[in-house]
Amino acid sequence: MKAVILGCGQVGSELAVRLAAAGLEVTVLDRGEDAFRQLPEDFAGTTVRGDGMDEESLKQAGIEKAQVFVAATAEDNYNLMAGQLVRAKFGVAKIIVRVYDPDKAALFAGLEIETYCPTKETATAMERMILAGGK
Amino acid sequence: MYVIVAGGGKVGFHLARMLLGAGHEALIIEKDRPRYLELTEDIGESVLFGDSSDAGVLKEAGANRADVLVACMGKDEDNLVTCQMAKHLFMVARTIARVNDPTNEELLRSLGIDATINSTRLIDALIEREVDAEMLVPLFSLGAGKLEIVQTAIPDDSPVAGKPLKSVALPKDCLIISVIRGGDPLVPAADTVLQAGDGVVVLLTAGKAESLRKVFAN
Repeated sequence: MKAVILGCGQVGSELAVRLAAAGLEVTVLDRGEDAFRQLPEDFAGTTVRGDGMDEESLKQAGIEKAQVFVAATAEDNYNLMAGQLVRAKFGVAKIIVRVYDPDKAALFAGLEIETYCPTKETATAMERMILAGGK
Repeated sequence: MYVIVAGGGKVGFHLARMLLGAGHEALIIEKDRPRYLELTEDIGESVLFGDSSDAGVLKEAGANRADVLVACMGKDEDNLVTCQMAKHLFMVARTIARVNDPTNEELLRSLGIDATINSTRLIDALIEREVDAEMLVPLFSLGAGKLEIVQTAIPDDSPVAGKPLKSVALPKDCLIISVIRGGDPLVPAADTVLQAGDGVVVLLTAGKAESLRKVFAN
């Protein structure tokens, strides 16, 4: 299975390492100058420097053969546009977009984009920790 | 009409000022604090500080009663998501996005943005007009740029001057929709005779301009 991960920050790089260790063919795409220094030296996947909203960069990252696309840059709107571009242009089965803003996450989930909202998940987890231990 | 202008750069600012001047209600949403303060000095109350793609900010802007939202920021993803939020959360009937990278235009249209404005192509069209010896003036483009309406004039030495329209061999996918004579637009018929100096308004598919030009020029 092939996965393209957009954004090589802490989440993107960690996920890339894990998926590669699980045997997936992983390519990380990032436009930053020294984006890939988060990755360990023995990273089993590949890297492409480019723009997630640019079809050529996505193709270079192997999007045409990918079954998974994850947009995990720090910018909600960029992730959302890249996710929608990949859905419109390439037949990727699983598209996950990280969105910090809960309103946006809810709206786009309704527009058939699978979103992951760290803000909501963190609040939910903390709520559970507090209420479970408080009684 | 109430128009929300997302992004108070040069385009957004002048657009809002024109709308206000024409008696419409307009509000700029600007996310850069120094620029916001500058704008308040120019147009006072008609500017709101915040991120226009944020639901709370759109609500504060009264997006639910807006007739149109125009997103004219520098990043296409901000324009896209702002329009989508306005459309789906606040049911804004008409959303218009400025497209900075021309390759994004088709995607934005396919995602439900009602109209896109591609400044690169507009500037390109204007340059064409300069070097074109005033032959073909682009008036309007529609269908995501697939169809264009252009205006041209019949030169004195044009091979079609003095000919009825039915004997003018237009290229495929070109349609003369009006003939302008002495400042008056006419709806042409097959036996309308073209005269030197006439203005001609033509609907055509993109890319047909050159073959159309050859028909009218000597």
